[in-house]
Parts: sequence; structure tokens; C-alpha cells
Amino acid sequence: MKIAVCVKSVPDTETKIALNANKTNIDTNGVKFITSPYDEFALEEALKIKDANPDTTVTCISLGSNESKEVLRDCLARGASDSVHITVDDGLKLTPLATAKILAKVLGEEKYDLIFCGQQGVGTDNSMIPSMLGSLLNVTSVNMIISFSLLEGSKFSVKREIEGAQETIEGSLPAILSAQKGLNEPRYPSIKGVMAARKKEIKTLDLNTLGISDEINKINDLIKIKAMALPQGKTGGKTIDGDPDNQVKELVSLLRQEAKVL
Amino acid sequence: MKILVLVEVRHNQIRKASLESLSQACKLSSQVCALIIGHKVKDLANSLSKFKLSKVYLVDNEALANFSNDNYAKALAETIKKASPNLVLAANTIMAKDIMPNVAASLNSAMLTDVVELKVNAGSIEAVKPVYSAKASCTYELTGSLVFLTLRPNVFDLVKSDDSHNNEVENIETTFDKPRSVVVETNVSGNSQIELSEAPIIVSGGRGIKGPENWPMLQELCNALGAALGASRAVVDAGWISHQHQVGQTGKTVSPQLYIACGISGAIQHLAGMSSSKVIVAINKDPDAPIFKHATYGIVGDVFEIVPRLTKEIKAMHENN
Ligand SMILES: Cc1cc2nc3c(=O)[nH]c(=O)nc-3n(C[C@H](O)[C@H](O)[C@H](O)COP(=O)(O)OP(=O)(O)OC[C@H]3O[C@@H](n4cnc5c(N)ncnc54)[C@H](O)[C@@H]3O)c2cc1C
Ligand SMILES: Nc1ncnc2c1ncn2[C@@H]1O[C@H](COP(=O)(O)O)[C@@H](O)[C@H]1O
Repeated sequence: MKIAVCVKSVPDTETKIALNANKTNIDTNGVKFITSPYDEFALEEALKIKDANPDTTVTCISLGSNESKEVLRDCLARGASDSVHITVDDGLKLTPLATAKILAKVLGEEKYDLIFCGQQGVGTDNSMIPSMLGSLLNVTSVNMIISFSLLEGSKFSVKREIEGAQETIEGSLPAILSAQKGLNEPRYPSIKGVMAARKKEIKTLDLNTLGISDEINKINDLIKIKAMALPQGKTGGKTIDGDPDNQVKELVSLLRQEAKVL
Repeated sequence: MKILVLVEVRHNQIRKASLESLSQACKLSSQVCALIIGHKVKDLANSLSKFKLSKVYLVDNEALANFSNDNYAKALAETIKKASPNLVLAANTIMAKDIMPNVAASLNSAMLTDVVELKVNAGSIEAVKPVYSAKASCTYELTGSLVFLTLRPNVFDLVKSDDSHNNEVENIETTFDKPRSVVVETNVSGNSQIELSEAPIIVSGGRGIKGPENWPMLQELCNALGAALGASRAVVDAGWISHQHQVGQTGKTVSPQLYIACGISGAIQHLAGMSSSKVIVAINKDPDAPIFKHATYGIVGDVFEIVPRLTKEIKAMHENN
């Protein structure tokens, strides 16, 4: 079986966010980048299939600036077979559709049985790429899976939680699946894995060699960031003092009379 | 500006979040159409009579009885062909995030999810969404002949007109292939529980409630307020409650009128999921807990002393009304 995993490098969720000089994006100076947390579940699910079926290949693909390399190195250390880095000058500038088109171009050159993504790239929180890939590659897609199993005859079964209900979805491969928390417990890289990953080659591609530079620029222009802002420095609201009885009485009266939410 | 609103049906009812999208659409334009997708959904067109719509499109087909991304996306794509809108709007739900990007990509159109502010300019659409765990907010300008947006539930006001409108209904006939993946089973969870992402009031518990045996204390407050029960990741990871209740970056994004955080420290990943709530109440015994910086009203105190008193006070308030 041939599996691809899309992994994104994102600013660490603990990072303090500052803006760039013209306030159109974050300032990446000194920002630590990590693998988007949901992509770790995506990779783990692929590796579990590879563990059970040793002739499976797991190819990790990341589109972005230099930080993507680290993410791919980490995927290799955990057990991915190989990896592809699609380089762009400024990954933050890419819109979701442009991202999906570039990934689809690279993914479409091979015949993957399964493509795993995370359900959301943490930071920009778009939750769009997996479904976009589905339509661009003409493959069915299911988002937010919390369980996965292969069935007889190239079929699969997954579960997911939607608002107020749990769904079981069945389909046939090939498929694009996006991973939600709960799918599995991602493994840590072993020391042996880390050593082996250092020697592995990361295949590098760029938009010019892919021949889609102009097309992507045109699509990318459809969405522009006009401005980014930090929330006003929060100083907190009213602190309600007193003994518990009075605190509660005052809270209820504030909620009714001032905030008018009760 | 022609707007098509994708309306979502759940338990044979139109979801409140979809009505918010319709309200926003009607505020922005006088040319608004709605789309209902499903099987045996004809009668639901009437329940949109409080909105003045150019048309209600129905794609009603046996092949749509069970959800499939393939067929629902096709239904949306076919309707867009008929209605030729400039903007497609939907609530930011799982279904919308399944099918909207699918269709947007096939039509080479710009799309954005989880929008909290929206403005229509000549030739472009301006949309704001929180990014980086709500540590920043980003204003995007979207252009092109067709734009797709999903709106965060509970953020846009629900405005219905007083009159009933006899909106024109049009059936869209189309054929469907066997979907390549489809829902084969749905288990409705938590029976009558209020869905977190649409709840007007949420009471959430964190590690400060000490153990799962204390959920009934919070549940009673929920019952008194008509609220949904939320939780921090720490207590979900500890196995005190299921992940469906988790609020935050790796849980649900909520935006209720009132969010009451009980024994929650206010880690950035928790704030990411709830900081756009209109009013935030924090109950925590540590005066330096970060949650207080984000709270509208803060009570420094013990949840075991405050919560039962609060429940009693709310009950008394309802009895006096
Ligand atoms: C990638 C990533 C994603 C994450 N996603 C999420 C997420 O989606 N949602 C989320 O919530 N977290 C998330 N977290 C975890 C987050 O960082 C915090 O660890 C978590 O929110 C802490 O939960 P808590 O506030 O319940 O616990 P704690 O931080 O332990 O806080 C407990 C609080 O209770 C107070 N307390 C104790 N006893 C009492 C009492 N008797 N009365 C009143 N107050 C009391 C304490 O003063 C303390 O402030 C994520 C972390 C990472 C790294
Ligand atoms: N630049 C990227 N490179 C590789 N995969 C990506 C990239 N952006 C998004 N993805 C994949 O798409 C998923 C959802 O991302 P998003 O739609 O941006 O929230 C991520 O979890 C990744 O699996």
C-alpha cells in the first residue's frame, strides 16, 4: 500500500505572537516551529498501517519555508519511508487554495491509496486542505476521524464525532482522511530512528520545477491579508470581592443588570 | 451581491447557526437564496418564512438520506450553477467544512472558515477571523466572482422579520452516483444535551473541580442556567469526561453569551476556544490565574463554595420571575 501524509510546520502554540513591521502577518523571528499537532495523529495512523503491512510506504510531504525540513526530519525519525519538501520563500503568504493546488500537483504524480492529513493546521485553523485535495485529486475525503480500519476489498471504515452525534463512515480506497485528536497516541522517535533519519535524503521541489508558479501566483491573489492585529492588552474585568454569599449575589446582579445575559 | 446560504438540517430542524448565517446574508443583501440538502426536507422550506428570500432551493433526493461528502458537494455545486451567487455562506460546522472547500476548490474560488466579522465592499469582501489561538486577529480581503465563507456560530445576531414571506421554492433535479464514502451509522450522543458550539451559555470545569465525582455539581448549575457543559483538556486527558466536551484549540471553539470557567487556569490553548465569548466569568482560587485577565467578572474563591451558591441563586431568580 502507498500512503502519503501531509505535514505542516506551524508556530509553537506556546509562542508569544508579535506582528511584522507592516502588520500583515506575524513576525517569525525567534519563533519556534513545530509539527502541527493533528499531523502527528495523521502520521501515527499511517505508521500503524506500515507496522502491520511491512511492504507499505509512507511518504511525508510538507510545503513551506525552511522550517518544513525539521518537520520532515522528525517524520523520518519516527519511521516514515521518505519525504518531500516543496519549498516556497514565504509559507505564511500561501492561501489555502494555493496550498491545496501545490500539494495536489505533487500528490497527483503518484497513485496513493491513502492520504492522511491533520483536521486543522494549528495557527491559521483553516480546516480546508483535505476536502480541497479531495476535489482536486477526484478522491473521496472524510474529515475528523477518530478511528480507522481497513476492510476486505480495499474498503475502509472510520468514525468521527460531529455536533451532537458520532458517525460511522465507510468507503473505498483511494481516500483522503483528516485526523482528529483521539485517533491514536503518536509515538516518539527512537534514537536509532533519529540517527537513521539524519542520513536519509529529503527530496526537494519548488514551484518553478513543478511548472505552476504563474498559476499559483494568480490564485494566491484572490485572498490578501489586509491587516493583522493583536487583541487589546487585556487587563481583566471586575473582581468581585466579599464572602461567598455576597460574591454570588453581586455576580448574579451584574450578569442581569450590567451584562444583561441572564 | 447575490448570496447563497447553505442551510443545515439536524434532527429534522434547521440549525440555529444556519439561521444566523441567513440573518447576516439578509443584512448584507436583498438577493439572498437558501439551499436545503437532504431527503424528505421539502417541509423545511416553510420554516424559513421569517426571512425574505429570493428563492429556497431544495435538493431532495433519496441518495442524500445519509450524508456523503461526494453527493452533498455535488448538490451544492449544482445549485451554484443554477443560482450563480457571488457569495456562498454557511455556519462553520463540520458538514460545511466537508463540502464547502470541496466545491470552492473545484471552482477555483477563494474561501475562508470561521469568520467572526464580515463586510461587503465594491469588488471585494472583507472578513475577519481569529488566528494563532486567538492571540491575533486577521482581516482578509477576498476577491473573485465567487467567494465561500463559513461563519462562527453564536457570533452573528439572529434577526427574523415580523412578517411571514411566501418564498418561492425550486427543486433542483440531478442524479447522483454511488458515493465513494458514506455515513452508514449515526449514534446521537448525550440525548437532550445542548450542543456545545451553539449553546448560549456554557459552564466549564477544569482540574480545580478535583475529580469526576464533582460533575453533578456543575451539571446542576448547567440545568439551572440552561447551559451546556464544557471542560478543559486537562480533565479530558485525565479521563474525567469525553473529548466532546473539550473547549479549546484541540477541542471546540465556542462563542456563547456567557462562559463560566470553574477551576480552569486559562492556558492559552483553552483561551483559543472561548475568548470570543461575550461575557466570561472566572471562578478560581488563585488570584494570579491567567483566566482573570480575560474574565469580564472574576471571583477569587473556591468552586465548592461558589458553584452551589450560584446554582441556588439562579434557581431563586427563576422562581421569582
Ligand atoms: C498542543 C496543545 C493543545 C492543547 N489544547 C487544549 C485545549 O483544546 N483545551 C484546553 O483546555 N487545554 C488545552 N491544552 C492544555 C493547556 O495547556 C492546559 O494544560 C489546560 O488547559 C489546563 O487545564 P486546567 O485549567 O483544567 O488545569 P490547571 O492548569 O491545572 O488549572 C487548574 C486551576 O484550578 C484552580 N483550582 C484548584 N482548586 C480549586 C478550587 N477548589 N476552587 C477554584 N479553583 C481551583 C487552580 O488555581 C488552577 O488555576 C493544550 C496544550 C497543548 C500543548
Ligand atoms: N503547507 C502544508 N504542507 C503540508 N500539509 C499541509 C500544509 N497546509 C496544510 N496541510 C495539511 O492539511 C491539514 C489541514 O490544514 P488546514 O486546512 O490548513 O487547516 C494539515 O493538518 C496538513 O495535514
